[in-house]
Amino acid sequence: MEGCSSMPEPHGVEKFEVAEVPLGVWARLWGSSAFRKGLVILLLAAAWEIYGRMLDNDLLFPPLSEVLSDFVREVKDGTLVRCALVSLRLLLLGYAIGFALALLLNALAIASRFMHDVLETLTAMLNPLPAIALLPLALIWFGLGYGSIIFVLVHSVLWPLALNVHAGFTAVPQTLRMVGRNYGLRGLRYVAQILIPAAFPSILAGLKIGWAFAWRTLIAAELVFGVSTGGGGLGWFIYERKNELEIPGVFAGLLTVIVIGLVVEHALFRPIEARTVRRWGMQS
Amino acid sequence: MSGMVAPPAPSFLEVSGVTLRYRTATSHVTATYRVNFAVEQSDRFVMLGPSGCGKSTLLKAIGGYMVPAEGGIALRGVPITRPGPDRIMIFQEFDQLLPWKTVTENVAFPLVASGKLDRRKAKEAAAHFVEGVGLGRFAHSYPHTLSGGMKQRVAIARGLAMGPDLLLMDEPFAALDELTRRRMQDELLALLADAPITLIFVTHSISEAIRIGSRILLLSPHPGRVRIELPGLPADAPAAAAAELEREIHGRLFEHA
Repeated sequence: MEGCSSMPEPHGVEKFEVAEVPLGVWARLWGSSAFRKGLVILLLAAAWEIYGRMLDNDLLFPPLSEVLSDFVREVKDGTLVRCALVSLRLLLLGYAIGFALALLLNALAIASRFMHDVLETLTAMLNPLPAIALLPLALIWFGLGYGSIIFVLVHSVLWPLALNVHAGFTAVPQTLRMVGRNYGLRGLRYVAQILIPAAFPSILAGLKIGWAFAWRTLIAAELVFGVSTGGGGLGWFIYERKNELEIPGVFAGLLTVIVIGLVVEHALFRPIEARTVRRWGMQS
Repeated sequence: MSGMVAPPAPSFLEVSGVTLRYRTATSHVTATYRVNFAVEQSDRFVMLGPSGCGKSTLLKAIGGYMVPAEGGIALRGVPITRPGPDRIMIFQEFDQLLPWKTVTENVAFPLVASGKLDRRKAKEAAAHFVEGVGLGRFAHSYPHTLSGGMKQRVAIARGLAMGPDLLLMDEPFAALDELTRRRMQDELLALLADAPITLIFVTHSISEAIRIGSRILLLSPHPGRVRIELPGLPADAPAAAAAELEREIHGRLFEHA
């Protein structure tokens, strides 16, 4: 609705008899990205099913229908749901800690030039380091348990997110900074009322990247020492199904990982984007 | 009444012997050198000069964003040391509005942030000033949906709503097209006629200086120094007087001292 009100003085609109002609059904469907993406998924699913049937080897590549029936069975008996919940709980914990640390580091970096250099050096060093590479060390430090996973999760979220928040803060226009200081805003109020909203596009992008990194790291970490933590998450589920040569189950686990990723993207990040940065015209 | 002779009252804003320096990556730049002037209440004081004369830097120093290397700036006799809501800056850049707030929220924001009004009263005051700059229909629009001229009007409404001691405008209309600029100049004058606010206005346009200013300070560049101060023209002055003043300013700015 905001967009409509921006039109300058629509003089004389009433003179036209027909101001707009509706598009045809097909043109409207093709114009919707949800429809096009749904079509892509359908095509992929069909290709999967056909190839799986042609191959006729469930140990290598089971057809989609078998994976889906396995998926439904595992969901129904609660195994997949339980595993997904274990994974999500760990993920959220690591994500929250990583986000808090990223904000803290950036707040310190604003307050002092030295901490600014500390932040830039640390992110430059640690961001390229795959979190999963720290798992062996983490196992020694924190033992075979959730502590190790949380450690690598935090590591996977913290650095990319810190980098994005930092980039966002540094890109806040000088004019906006001066405006904020003009009104006597300083310290935390300045950060909360000027820098964070002004850098919100970058922060949101960082949150999305951090989410993806954390998700991947978690599944990988669970795969690596899934055996030792009975009652593990989705990675462990996949690992176990592979050991039992239940390949449709492996695919069902992978499918769950994908579905959760899509749901979070569409049910969480997209609506946040629409209500903030898009509405504010800070991202098209 | 006591029979004692009061000492001469200090001017509203006193800029005395102000030298401003800033540091670039490679050198120290002297933007202004020992600049003196005084502004009285409800002046429309224009600082005019070519680029490099330090007029914007001077305005920033009055805003409290820079500390003079020499001399001092005092408002109502109190030295200026940092930015504050008693001196509202209006910039040339359109991104001075907070993109995450609607027009009304933008105008209300400083009222709340500076602790002047509570949220509800600030909203009411903001609505009034948004109406005053003719943007009532756009009160709930976000800045990115507005034209450049409308954004500048929001910035002006935001400044006026604060009722500051000084309104500091840094070439606010320079990025607008000529027609819009003309209209904005007239609107600004009309708004100021209703509000007893002292204006300091920086521009490099001679005609804009003549339209806006009740006093015009001419600055020369490298480093910025005061060339001369001229009185502005009354609003009903004949066109010939404006042309005459324009010629005089032109001569003063480009004569080689």
